[in-house]
Amino acid sequence: MPADIDIERVAHLARIALTDDERALYGEQLAHIIEHAERVQALPTEGVEPTSHPLPMVNAFRPDVVTESLRREDALAGAPDTQNGYYRVPKILDES
Amino acid sequence: MTEWEAVIGIETHVELQTKSKMFCGCLVDSGDEPNTAVCPVCLALPGALPVPNKEAIEGILSIGDALECTLIEDSLFYRKNYFYPDLPKNYQISQYTFPLCLDGRLAVDVDGEPTMVGITRVHMEEDTGKSTHIGESGRIHGADHTLLDFNRAGVPLVEVVSEPDIRSPEQARAYGAELQRVVRALGVSDARLEEGSMRFDVNVSVRPVGSDVLGTRTEVKNVNSLRSMQRAIAYEITRQIEVLENGGSIHLETRHWDESKGATRSGRTKEGSEDYRYFQDPDLLPLHIDEAWRKRVHERRPELPAAKRARYAALGADPRTAELLVDAGDLAALFEAAVSAGAEPRTVGIWLTGEVVAYLRRENVTLDETGLSADSLVELAQMTGAGDLSATAAKEVLNGVLAGEGTPSQVAESRDLLQISDASTIETEVMAVLDQHPDAIEKIRDGDAKPIGFLVGQVMRATGGKADPRMVQDLIRRKTQA
Repeated sequence: MPADIDIERVAHLARIALTDDERALYGEQLAHIIEHAERVQALPTEGVEPTSHPLPMVNAFRPDVVTESLRREDALAGAPDTQNGYYRVPKILDES
Repeated sequence: MTEWEAVIGIETHVELQTKSKMFCGCLVDSGDEPNTAVCPVCLALPGALPVPNKEAIEGILSIGDALECTLIEDSLFYRKNYFYPDLPKNYQISQYTFPLCLDGRLAVDVDGEPTMVGITRVHMEEDTGKSTHIGESGRIHGADHTLLDFNRAGVPLVEVVSEPDIRSPEQARAYGAELQRVVRALGVSDARLEEGSMRFDVNVSVRPVGSDVLGTRTEVKNVNSLRSMQRAIAYEITRQIEVLENGGSIHLETRHWDESKGATRSGRTKEGSEDYRYFQDPDLLPLHIDEAWRKRVHERRPELPAAKRARYAALGADPRTAELLVDAGDLAALFEAAVSAGAEPRTVGIWLTGEVVAYLRRENVTLDETGLSADSLVELAQMTGAGDLSATAAKEVLNGVLAGEGTPSQVAESRDLLQISDASTIETEVMAVLDQHPDAIEKIRDGDAKPIGFLVGQVMRATGGKADPRMVQDLIRRKTQA
């Protein structure tokens, strides 16, 4: 595994708990991905327009028009828990 | 003792008042009933795709243009990843590199001291939902669960980031007030702090005067008025200086302003920006704002508050009056109409921001509900200028006009306020008073000017206060000359 991959930190940022085996497995897989990116980065790209999207299109807009929303009972139907028309979730430790 | 200098930068969020949300057609101003303006896009249901609202893009470009930013030709939407349930996607659509507007400025003024505050960037994002923390104790800290309403999730939100160019709580307040005026003048948001359609996050640090190194900053949140922003910054500056002078150090953290305690308290330690794992949102196409579009935005720019204040001042209104007029849009319109119909600007400005504002407050009515028109202001100004009304009587007439008692001449007549400016009537009154006070005339002829005021007072009393005091005084001076 390249030294610059902090798998513990990457897992924390994604809020994924990893076992020791998974840490080793994903670390190795991530190393391959980074190696690949390094190979791509080494290519001579002088004179090549940067691509920011696979489609050669820009400005897909919609007009400022109100459309129908979901009925609330449908919107809440998939939620594990609700209360008085709200989604109800476990308490949040980190108040931002 | 070290002399300290504060370094302040402000991030301002402005909700745009479009009809529909930023990336879907849900209603923006949907009222208090929770989760009634939500759809697969703003609830992040699988397969739903966001499509940007053109009107919101126009709105942010107007703001960028008004702040003298460079409008960027090629711009991108990014995902800002974080774990907090106020947005159901687990990321907020925002901008990172390549925002829509870069490198602007806003001039602010504190007691006639102008400062230029740099604008780093203005970018487009979406607002979050509202969370209510419920627990046994009813407080956030004791909360055992959280209720979520996503009506606000996805409302177009513009973030304006200032350079750390601000040096005092007063300047910060002036910056916030001026930005609010600009946004309102553009008509893109009502920018109401108490309702959260405009919100400030303030970065504060201190450093020894003369140093060009920035101190560690704290970010102050939860300032819901211009006044509390000013107080919070003043508090934070004092706190940081105290910590440093006692040998402590400042930590990069979020602090919450507690209005009732008049203090900030420590919140979470801030994550570095790389923790948000920004990357370009593959669901959204790049934005391309071509030259014609940028030109169109610039050409539709309305007269901004600073320009309007300068114009009113050039007409003759004093600076404070000009500011009050511009801040109250309906008064400004009436001022302009009266002045262009020939009324004297300085007097009209003082009436509008003085008597008229006081009347509206006292009677709890709007300008529209009163009988005041540009024509009546012109007439009132003419009557005062011609000496038909004293300054005091003019204010009383103005109150009568506001109360719907008629035109200024009708009110002056019915309230018996017309000034006596007929020369022969005044001369008769003056001569009568002089006859009664030969001793006063003697003193004046001996070079003592004091009795002049006394004699003017006697004539005013004899005429029930309606003689033109300037004419009376001139006449007394002339008649008592040796």
